[in-house]
Formats: sequence, C-alpha cells, structure tokens
Amino acid sequence: MRELIEKVFLRHFGMHAGLADSASISVDGSSLAYTTDSFVVDPLFFPGGNIGKLAVSGTVNDLSTCGAIPKFISCGFIIEEGFRIADLDKIVESMASEAKKAGVRIVTGDTKVVKRDQCDKLYINTSGIGYLPEDRKHICTGETIRPGDKIIVSGTLGDHAITILSEREGLTTGHQLESDVAPLNNLTEKILGQPENIRFMRDITRGGLATILAEICENKTFGIEIEEGRIPVRESVRSISELYGFNPLFLANEGKMLFIVKKETDEKILRQLHTEETGKDATIIGEVTEEHQGIAVLKSVIGGKRIIEMLGGEILPRIC
Amino acid sequence: MNFTEGFRKKEFVEYLITRIAGNIPRKIKLMEVCGGHTMAIRRYGIHSLLPADIELLSGPGCPVCVTAQDYIDGAVAYAKLPDVITVSYGDLLRIPGTKSSLESCRAGGCDVRIISSTLEALNIAKDNPGKKVIFMAIGFETTVPGTAVAILEAKNSGLNNFFVMNAHKTMPAAMAALIDEGIPIDGYIGPGHVCAVAGSSIFNDLALKYHVPVVISGFEPVDLVQAIYMLVKMISEKRAEVEIQYSRLVTSEGNRKAQKMIEEVFEPSTQTWRGIGAIQNSGLRIREQYAAFDIERQYPVKTEPSEEPRGCLCGQVLKGLVKPDKCKLFGKNCTPLHPVGACMVSPEGACNAYYNYRSI
Repeated sequence: MRELIEKVFLRHFGMHAGLADSASISVDGSSLAYTTDSFVVDPLFFPGGNIGKLAVSGTVNDLSTCGAIPKFISCGFIIEEGFRIADLDKIVESMASEAKKAGVRIVTGDTKVVKRDQCDKLYINTSGIGYLPEDRKHICTGETIRPGDKIIVSGTLGDHAITILSEREGLTTGHQLESDVAPLNNLTEKILGQPENIRFMRDITRGGLATILAEICENKTFGIEIEEGRIPVRESVRSISELYGFNPLFLANEGKMLFIVKKETDEKILRQLHTEETGKDATIIGEVTEEHQGIAVLKSVIGGKRIIEMLGGEILPRIC
Repeated sequence: MNFTEGFRKKEFVEYLITRIAGNIPRKIKLMEVCGGHTMAIRRYGIHSLLPADIELLSGPGCPVCVTAQDYIDGAVAYAKLPDVITVSYGDLLRIPGTKSSLESCRAGGCDVRIISSTLEALNIAKDNPGKKVIFMAIGFETTVPGTAVAILEAKNSGLNNFFVMNAHKTMPAAMAALIDEGIPIDGYIGPGHVCAVAGSSIFNDLALKYHVPVVISGFEPVDLVQAIYMLVKMISEKRAEVEIQYSRLVTSEGNRKAQKMIEEVFEPSTQTWRGIGAIQNSGLRIREQYAAFDIERQYPVKTEPSEEPRGCLCGQVLKGLVKPDKCKLFGKNCTPLHPVGACMVSPEGACNAYYNYRSI
C-alpha cells in the first residue's frame, strides 16, 4: 500500500510531508489538522461496534493522534441497492452518538446508492478537521524523542482484529470478545496539558504496534527496547492469536494509542490515563535507548532479544 | 495457572540452558523440521540464548515452501479454467509460480477463495453445483486427515463437483534424504503436530538406521529448550532414540482414528519436494477408489515447464545448507511484501521467520 501511495498519489498530488494520519495546514494564520479515511469493514456489525462507530472514532483518532483537537467531520455514504434502512438507521444513530461523546459535529455529508453488487453493502468515507495548537506540532513527527523517554500503550492489543476475525470465521471460544473501537480525544486531552512532556503519539491501527515502533526508529540516532511480558493482551485474544499463529504485535486496533513521554513524567501520565475508560489498562512497555540506533528491539518473555520489524505482507494463519 | 504461562517461564528456560551447557560434548547441529518450530525459535529469541556450540538448522517443514513449482503452475492453470472455484489455505495464494500466482489470478477475476478448513470447501461445492470446486491439498500428516474427511464426506453425500489437487507429503523419508545427501545433522527436533496424528514411532527406523536422535517437541519456549536439552543429553550419551518432549499431546502410536481415515483414502507415493527433488515414500496419493476426487486424474491440464525463480535459494534454505539472511535476495529483492521464493511468503517459512524476527 505504501508503495502504491508513493508511486501514484504522492507523485501526482505533490505532497511532500511524511505519511502521517492527518495533514497540518495553515488557514489565515490558524493551524489546522485535516484528515480523510474510508471504511469498508466486513461484517458491518460486530461486538463492540459497527462501521459507523468505526468511521467516527477512526476520524477523531486520526486527528487526535497528532495532538489536534477534533472539531468537524463530514461523511459520504455509498449504499448498495436493497440495503436495509433499519440497519442504516442503526449505523447513523451510532455515528451521532459517538460524535456527541467525542464532542465533534458531523456538519456535512453525501449519499450515493449504487446497483446491487456494485459495492459490498455499505462504504463510508469521512474527512475531519481540528485545531492544531502550535505547541503540539512536534507530536506527529516525534522530533523531540530522546534516549530515556518511556513508551506507553493505552491498553490491550489485538481486540479489534481478533473480534473481526472471530465474527468472520464464526469462532466460538467461550470468551467475551469485543472490538476496542472508540474515540480517543478525551484520553489524549487528559495528558496534553503540558505538551512538551509528550514526545510522540500514534494510534495503533493496521500494522500493529510493531510497525509503529520500527517506523519511529528508522534512520534515527536512538533505538527502542520493549519487554514482551509487559505488553497487555487479553486472554481471549491471546488464545485465538496462538491458534491461528498470529502475533499480537502486528494486529490492528481501533481504540489504542502509543505514547512516548518524557521519563520524569511517565508515572504521572500513567495515572492521568487510568482515569479514562479508554486508558484504564495503560502500561509502560519499554523505553527509548542510546543502544542499537535505528532499531526497535523486543526482549521476549524468556529473555531472548530480537529486532522488531514492520509488518511485511499480510497476516496469514498457520496451516499445521 | 494458565498452562502456557508455565511453558514460557524465563526461570525454566534459564535452568534448561544451564543443563544444556553442562552436557554439550562438542559442536553440534540440530535441525528443526517444522516451520512452526522455526517461527517459535526466532520469535522468542531461543537461538540467542543457546551456547555457541549449538547451531540450529531450519529444515523442510513448511507446507507451502516445499510444494514444488510445477504444483503452483498447475494450480494457476486450473484456476483460470471457466467454472472453477479454487479454494486454498491463505499463504499458498502468494507463492509465485513460474509466470503467475493464485493471488494474481484472483486479481485478474478468477474465483479463488481462502479457507481454513476443508469442510468450508465442501460447503462451497454444495452451494455451487454448477462449478468445479478444487481444494489445494498441501501439508504434512497434520493436514492430511482434513483432506481425507472431506473426500469421505463428499463420497458419502454424492458430491460430484468437489475435487482435490493433492500434494500431501510425509516427513520421515525427507528427513532421511537430507542425511543421505550428506547434510550434517546430529539430531532432529521432531514435528509436534505431525506426531500428534502419526505417532512418534514413524521416526523409529530413521533413528535406528542413521543413528540420529529425534525428540518430538511442543511449540512453547520451554518445550523447545527442553527438547534441545533431551537431544544434547542423548548425543552426549551416544544414544539415538526417539523421545517425546510434547507428551501432553503426542504418543508413540498417535491418533489411530485419523490414521485409519488416511489409510482409507491415501496410499504412500513419491512426491517432489522443492529443493530436494522426488523422494520415494515421502508423500501420499489418492487411492483408485477415490480417484473421482483427484482433479489431475479427472481433468489433466498442460502447463509450460516450470522454472525456479532466478537467484532464489529456497531449496538450499529448506535443506539447512544456507541461512536465509545469507541469500543475496533476502530483504532486498525478496521481502514478505514482494516475495521471490516460497520461504518468504509463508508464516512457517524460514525466510519469513528470519525477516520478521531478525536477531540483533
């Protein structure tokens, strides 16, 4: 996907910034963050949410992740002919509810109905705008990260990916599985009172934690070391991941954030995160280090060390 | 206590490493023949904890990696036929054939579907009576029962549009072939799930003939390190037996019910292994009374002569002769996103394991 974006889209659109979740733009002296996303999840309804909740949360999080304060969202719907109005109503109601929780307004939209088989039930496209205070602009780039900084994840990993897999495969495990889909702006605002303490934030979506950690270190003069035993994973998610041969470090989430914070403030920030439902399981998992520059390293539960790579290719289940 | 926690306890691993270090008689080479073991070893960094006198080699235990190039080319030829639905385990789709892959076929409009169970394949056949549904039957003793069940079920229900493109393989003959080729192997970490089905006794002849110890291992870190300890102990005592470390799942006899199903549907045959070539009694062929389900016998297709990708060292990697990161293509022309060879595609492939779990 990255290659496609660079070879086709960046080339023609003349975009030069790094591939962040949102763009930082200036309008009449005001700094804004602007993002867009499209949602094609299948199934449309899953434990913990639906495509509508995902659309609002995902858009809010793309803005929050760079320190912006989300304000307005647009949504476009592409609807397959014959789609049940009752289902559409549930989805849209859910979007309104999430927007209210996140304190954002859905201010404009569009609807297209296409013939049967021209799309898979329903697709949603969104865009979002938020204010980006000047003193938060470093958060997206991570330019102030330095050795000694601590690495925090806001909660358990892999919930969304494994819930969707279970729904698709019809797995019954006896465990309660639920997507973690949620807007995280209320969580991030809890710790952005002193933005200089927050070196970097990123929502942990496709590619998982591993991809973000590997990307942060690439070509940098610092390294990262995390401890596998400290990474929070629900027992139900761990069980299914192991059955299929998946590594939770590579699994997608829709309501989890990675923070890199100034060492001296880590415990305070952790306490602040714990006051929010979406941050109650926040954990320090590692730190930035002077060693193995440019490389993220994982110390396994048994003490072995290995390099953390970006997700290369698809996540495929084991055969035997 | 969740039992997996016990099998991941750092102090148990440290204790076993100490015992290993105290028993190594000389430099030794141990081969793990299961791709799942290779992945676990790399993922937990077990290789980084072992004494330097132990070298671990990855063997031909990855189902898609050892599937010969001409099988992929044949699969592509079938997928392109009209009125065919190809069903396969996920990672086979991305294996590059000589000119194309099942994934490229799917992108080009062919009906190629990923399944995780053969029973899904049967349901697809029942739901699509006008199509030929062809299941790509690869894998070792672990996955053969699934194929056998599907064929028996298809026969019992009179399903006449379900077919199998068979490339099932069995382990012992291939492990013997490696030793016959002169590859220095002092001990085998034996495949856990293969033996859950077939029983550890399938390796008795190998251990006796070649005087090489085999320990059947589980997949947790403590399993693997304990299996390595058991091998080191046998080597230091000059014993060459088959022992079971994975006793919570594996017995000497294995799963007799599964074995009966396999014997009912399949018979031993020669199979071609990527990198090794044709090995007698290393595979399975569908018996004549079930030949109606063998797509290659019912509807043979012609394909161009197959060619291995230029520069790809998968064959040597599968024999433990070359470590993946010593291949010139590794990490440059050949990555999981753009694989040149099969070993980089599969989550049980050595190259994929080395790429995703590199040592410092």
